[in-house]
Amino acid sequence: MSLSLFALQLVNGVEYGLLLFLVASGLTLVFGVLGVLNFAHGSFYMLGAYLAWWLSERTGSLALAILVGLPAMVLIGLLVERLAIARLYRRDHLSQVLLTYGLVLLFNELQRALWGNDVHGVATPRALSFTVPLGEAQTWPAWRAFTALCCIALAAAMRQLILKTRFGMRVRAGASNAEMVEALGIDVRRVFSVVFSAGTALAGLAGMLAAPLTTVYPGMGESILVLSFVVVVIGGIGSIKGAFLGALLVGIADTFGKVLLPGFASAMVYAVMAAVLLWRPRGLLGPAFEGR
Amino acid sequence: MRRRAVLAVLAVGLGAVALSGDRFWMQFLGKAMIGCILAMSLDLLVGFSGLVSLAHSAFFGLAAYALAGLTNQLGLVSPLLTLPLCVLAAGSAALVIGWLSLRATGVYFIMVTLAFTQMLFYLFNDSPALGGSDGLYVAQRPVDSRLAAYAAIWAATILVYLLLARILRAPYGRTLEGIRDNEQRMRSLGYATRRYKLVAFVIAGALAGLAGYLDATLYGFVNPAQLGWRQSGLVLVTVLLGGKGTLYGPALGALLLAFIEHYGESVTEHWNALIAALVIAVVLFLPRGLAGLVQGSARG
Amino acid sequence: MSLSRRAFLGAAASSTLLSRRLLAATGAKLKIGLLLPYSGTYAALGHNITDAMKLAASEHGGKLGGREIQWAVVDDESDPAKAPANVNKLIAGEKVDILTGPVHSGVAMAMMQIVRQENVLTIVTNAGAQAVTGTLCAPNVFRTSFSNWQVSYPCADPMLKAGHRKAVLMFWNYSFGQESMAAFKEGYAKGGGTVVKEIAVPFPSTEFQANLSEIAALKPDAVFVFFAGAGAAKFVKDYADAGLKDKIPLYGSGFLTEGVLGAQGAAAEGIKTSLHYADSLDNPANKKFRDAFKKATGRDADVYAVAGYDTVNVLAQALDKVKGDTGAQKELIAALEATRLDSPRGPFRFSKAHNPIQDVYLRQVKGGKETVLGVALKDAEDPAAGCKLGK
Repeated sequence: MSLSLFALQLVNGVEYGLLLFLVASGLTLVFGVLGVLNFAHGSFYMLGAYLAWWLSERTGSLALAILVGLPAMVLIGLLVERLAIARLYRRDHLSQVLLTYGLVLLFNELQRALWGNDVHGVATPRALSFTVPLGEAQTWPAWRAFTALCCIALAAAMRQLILKTRFGMRVRAGASNAEMVEALGIDVRRVFSVVFSAGTALAGLAGMLAAPLTTVYPGMGESILVLSFVVVVIGGIGSIKGAFLGALLVGIADTFGKVLLPGFASAMVYAVMAAVLLWRPRGLLGPAFEGR
Repeated sequence: MRRRAVLAVLAVGLGAVALSGDRFWMQFLGKAMIGCILAMSLDLLVGFSGLVSLAHSAFFGLAAYALAGLTNQLGLVSPLLTLPLCVLAAGSAALVIGWLSLRATGVYFIMVTLAFTQMLFYLFNDSPALGGSDGLYVAQRPVDSRLAAYAAIWAATILVYLLLARILRAPYGRTLEGIRDNEQRMRSLGYATRRYKLVAFVIAGALAGLAGYLDATLYGFVNPAQLGWRQSGLVLVTVLLGGKGTLYGPALGALLLAFIEHYGESVTEHWNALIAALVIAVVLFLPRGLAGLVQGSARG
Repeated sequence: MSLSRRAFLGAAASSTLLSRRLLAATGAKLKIGLLLPYSGTYAALGHNITDAMKLAASEHGGKLGGREIQWAVVDDESDPAKAPANVNKLIAGEKVDILTGPVHSGVAMAMMQIVRQENVLTIVTNAGAQAVTGTLCAPNVFRTSFSNWQVSYPCADPMLKAGHRKAVLMFWNYSFGQESMAAFKEGYAKGGGTVVKEIAVPFPSTEFQANLSEIAALKPDAVFVFFAGAGAAKFVKDYADAGLKDKIPLYGSGFLTEGVLGAQGAAAEGIKTSLHYADSLDNPANKKFRDAFKKATGRDADVYAVAGYDTVNVLAQALDKVKGDTGAQKELIAALEATRLDSPRGPFRFSKAHNPIQDVYLRQVKGGKETVLGVALKDAEDPAAGCKLGK
């Protein structure tokens, strides 16, 4: 592989990783703070993509669709948290797994009933539908670059929010010891609500940004769900920074796996995860406390 | 006692189906009982050892592929040879995967088992030499008649239940539950907890292999989809629906799910919504799963 | 098996045969089983096949060979792991007279295993696995769709004629993709073309960037691909976005654009594919079919719907000949073998291996529509390797 092709593949890997990060960040947040293994996270990604398609068909603009769709996702997150998840905070992880599995089935049925089974394309906003040259023979659509930039910006914003703000402090405190925080007079339930709907919105946003690139189709949430779990676990549950590293690692491993070891490509990501976890059983930047 | 009565009636009823000789019900219930074996063996891990494994389908599928390999490549048919070899193959795989995976705990353990499952899935799915995505036929089934296959599955299901119940009553089983509840304490009491868990993982894996062997015997067809994590996920859901840590609950769950799938489909095209509703209702209102209905009072 | 048991089973079999004949004579319903996906990735295909079958049935007044049709429908979820149980449900549970389906070839393999044993008359309505009318072919199994060979082999010739002598192949690494590539390579090598590289993409991954960079670096004369459904939609967009569309012509088997042209938009413009059908085929049967389908369902018909439509139409012809007597399997099979159909796809008849003999068209996307450039291979007949039927 020539140096320029190598660099090109690196760009491909990083770009893929950034999108994975956007999905995984919401998952790790909910995982880390609420202790909930949310299998419905992939469904939220799918919902986001379908909303992006459906709303942009109606409004004629993807930007508008995102503007309307994002609050809708927050609302969906709030509803799901209040009606279902909140009842299970005192129960074990497995009840949550079962519940969110039920939600996955429910959302799949909802998608079929509302939007049918066809594959749909979503147009990129006109201002961003040009391409830039990448290497000598290839071009790169501006939307991909835009998405990548969005992901980086969101990663930076999340880091600031969690490390530097009062709310972030509560989130971190709620994650490590919910009862003590409650005793201090902070309404943990509200923190949990906000975090869950933020996680939902992040998954939805990822779906909306990805929609023009991936097209919109039934079952799109499932493969991304498994990959996000892989990313979260490689990075260490609850760690945004870990998820960022994990996502880049998975993106790059997948990209180079496809080029260098085509016969082994699909197993590559899992091999990387197994290797990381055998080396560090709590992920790259896993927390020190048990069970989360 | 109510539980024993229910189980005894169920076992006799399932056996009696063989007398009717009905092809459909024999295959349908045969498949459902294979689900029971899978669910009960996973309950040994999930319910009694606190180990949530997504590798169960891998052992199931490995044994099924082992049968196809032994029969198609080496011409081995007799169940006296193939059964122990296939179960051994699944058990050995469980030993290796378990030994590696048990370094991690909690969610990390789940994900390592997922990783191994997916690697095996792709190994079979992507290699045309191993049948590829279309799968393989078993050239000649170990048991020829439908009746014999059904009888074998029926007997195996009862034996697996009795075996697991025996294991759990033994001191070993008590220790496992102790580890599930508080591993730190058991370790400080001098138990080699990881070894205890590994033994449970191997037993469960071998039993999943038994289920896979029976499945390949019943249908004569193996496919990589049987190995994938989704199948493991389904077994896990079955265990949780039925009520983990009860052994018979997961078995009941497997039977019930089979029936819902069968009848639900004729009622509505959106039968997955039925399953969704059932799952959500059980989580919210029956924290101990369906077993809670049978059992009535505590212990669980 | 002991002699007496065999004799007993034989007697039992002939008695059910007898009773089936009696049933037919007394006007019992004709039970047709549908093993198709109604949920999951292929749900749209399952719905189109089903609706087209029902449309054809209603055109025959809801009756075939004088017997009223009763459908037995199972959602196979395109899950091979559940396939044996689902087939059992239709054959042993519903006791269907005729079994049709599926879309997924893994499911088809499970189905073949059982219908060959049970000797149920079966019509494969989509799955293109070579084995169905090849190594596993059987007197009681027909296919109304295509074989993987049929839709890929004919594309080699037009590519060579256009001067593309060095090609990169890219495909989803599962049986459909692998068989498509093997067939294409056979034709391409025969005409003197060279395959520069074969890129196998894990199924159902839709992350293509790494491989597109590879293609850009290799600079072949043309690229031939196999993708379908959502993967095809994404690949075509990615290929255009990567700036390769205007530099390296893209070819494929027709599934690359089938049913996803709308989602692909302008990115699909100019792509050439080979398939046994095109929406725009100009013949009266096609026009009539497309209008009727649109009226009945509100959707546009596609290649999948055509297979469903033809399935009921060949059955109608054959069952008329045997007066609806599904018990007379030999006669019914002979009648099916003799069927000639004026299908929306063009002339249709069965080969000795029971796969369609049909024209394969070279198509090109122009103005967002699939246009027919011509016939890529006339009377394309699958080589049916390993099939001894009729030989």
